[in-house]
Amino acid sequence: MSSGRRRGARARLPVPALVLAAVAIAFFALPLVGLLWRAPWSNAWRYLTDDDALTALRLSIVCSLWATALSIVFGVPLAWVLARVEFPGRTVVRALCTLSMVLPPVVGGVALFFALGRRGLVGQYLDRWFDIRLPFTTAGVVVAQTFVAMPFLVITVEAALRQLDQRVEDAARTLGASRWYTFRRVTLPAVRPALVAGAVLSWARALGEFGATITFAGNFPGTTQTMPLAVYLSLETNPEEAIVLALLLIAISFGVLVGLRDRWFGARTAVAA
Amino acid sequence: MSVTAHVRVQLGSLDLDAAIDIAPGELVAVLGPNGAGKSTFLRALAGLQPIDAGRIAIDATVVDDGDAVFVEPERRPIGVVFQQYLLFEHMSVLENVAFGLRSRGTAKADARRTAGEWLERVGLGEYASQRPRALSGGQAQRVALARALAPDPRLLLLDEPLAALDVGTRASVRRDLRQHLASFDGMRLLVTHDPVDAYALADRVVILEEGRIVQTGTLAEVTARPRSRYVADLVGVNLVRGVVSDGVLRTADGASVVIADATPGDSIAVIRPHSVVLTTDAPTSSARNVWPGTIVDIDRLGDRVRVVIDGPIPLTAEITAAALDALHLRPGDAVHAAVKATDIDVSPV
Repeated sequence: MSSGRRRGARARLPVPALVLAAVAIAFFALPLVGLLWRAPWSNAWRYLTDDDALTALRLSIVCSLWATALSIVFGVPLAWVLARVEFPGRTVVRALCTLSMVLPPVVGGVALFFALGRRGLVGQYLDRWFDIRLPFTTAGVVVAQTFVAMPFLVITVEAALRQLDQRVEDAARTLGASRWYTFRRVTLPAVRPALVAGAVLSWARALGEFGATITFAGNFPGTTQTMPLAVYLSLETNPEEAIVLALLLIAISFGVLVGLRDRWFGARTAVAA
Repeated sequence: MSVTAHVRVQLGSLDLDAAIDIAPGELVAVLGPNGAGKSTFLRALAGLQPIDAGRIAIDATVVDDGDAVFVEPERRPIGVVFQQYLLFEHMSVLENVAFGLRSRGTAKADARRTAGEWLERVGLGEYASQRPRALSGGQAQRVALARALAPDPRLLLLDEPLAALDVGTRASVRRDLRQHLASFDGMRLLVTHDPVDAYALADRVVILEEGRIVQTGTLAEVTARPRSRYVADLVGVNLVRGVVSDGVLRTADGASVVIADATPGDSIAVIRPHSVVLTTDAPTSSARNVWPGTIVDIDRLGDRVRVVIDGPIPLTAEITAAALDALHLRPGDAVHAAVKATDIDVSPV
């Protein structure tokens, strides 16, 4: 989009729309301002370098990156199947796979518990046969985060795959490319902007995950206590620390979103004909 | 070594059942309206559309028999130029042309060198590092052609290669395409709905109508004797090739056709049979073209009659049965054929 067109569009916007948009911006900005206003700046460094805070931060980052990686590994093939394979009940399967986006995370956590807990549907066999226990472990945090984060990647990549002109893949096939080579060299690069955007959304969702984590994985410092949990906990004991940790979380997320620039989200994913 | 293809495919409302053979070095054009099954036929040869029944053999290797045998597209010795060209937008022009070599296992350096040579051959060497987005329609078509030919296919398939271009660039692109196609010695199948493309590029035409082959032969044969009303409308036009200068198209035989507003150079004049007026005496009228000739054939198609005339410009005229009866025309009669210059379309080739 050229800057000229952008200017033109702004000039045509009616005043009420501009006012409402300004209210919306303020609505998002005010809570941040509130935090900054209440932040105990003189003690900030001490809270940030606090061992518990650093542990929680490290755990948050490691777990959210794992959750993002798992979302990509399983989410891209899932998006592919939803976009390309015609099968009965596809609508139901898609709804099922994106349900955790709209589900209250606590409900998701409870559901995970009954499925993967030590007495759960699958969890009892994981425990008995493989000696794997997910609840109240770091792996459990990753599972909970993946559960709520993957749908963001799936719907983004699926939309891009649907937009992609499949005849471009046909062209690759006639040029001697196998299905796998075509997927790697043609399809995947064509949907890369959507893949990056979806991965970032998943990561942001995983980083902020609270409800499913605390229900399924608990709140143990060092193993399952991620940043959001630490913020929530310190709100009861030390509100000043909660504010500093919250600001840190915001700074990280904000930095990533700004760093990604518009183009990852606005880029055309379809290969132009 | 040749191609023999009998393709039967049911696809939605399309019921395609057509057999086409391509001799070594031959360029066959499949001509027909939209929805006739042309592209489906091409996709069947490419392996993008499995056939329900029939048999496709390329160089004596059966690639699809509608049953147990189906060779995947990537294992067929083919190259395809698609209607929208379908270049890979995320790759450079050079990488596009190298793709077919890379996917078949050629080392990167060798593939890039061969691709570079192909780009030089189609006159786009300096665009090697550009993205396809930066190319004009005609340039994109040449890249698509180079990409299809670089892996050295036995059979080249072209799906409406000129349809995506605007009228202004069509003629020059068609001329380039003819040259490049002439330098490729494999078999070629061209799908088009435009008789001028077929005439300019192909050795032989196959007319496809609602999934069936209704006629096949050289375009001159089909034009002179269309077997149905439908073919007559579709391709039954007189095409006269020559060189335009000063508002006159001169054929190789020395005959001339007066035309209105055309650019100088090699061209094809399109004279629609219903624009040809037949008289028994030399007419005095506003028609700028009057050619004497002899009727060699009269072909009735319902109420209309196609009259084939031999003369300086061999022509087919279409008149009503009533007009034919009124003039008492018979084969062997001498007639004058008159055509207004403004009724003649001219396409540079």
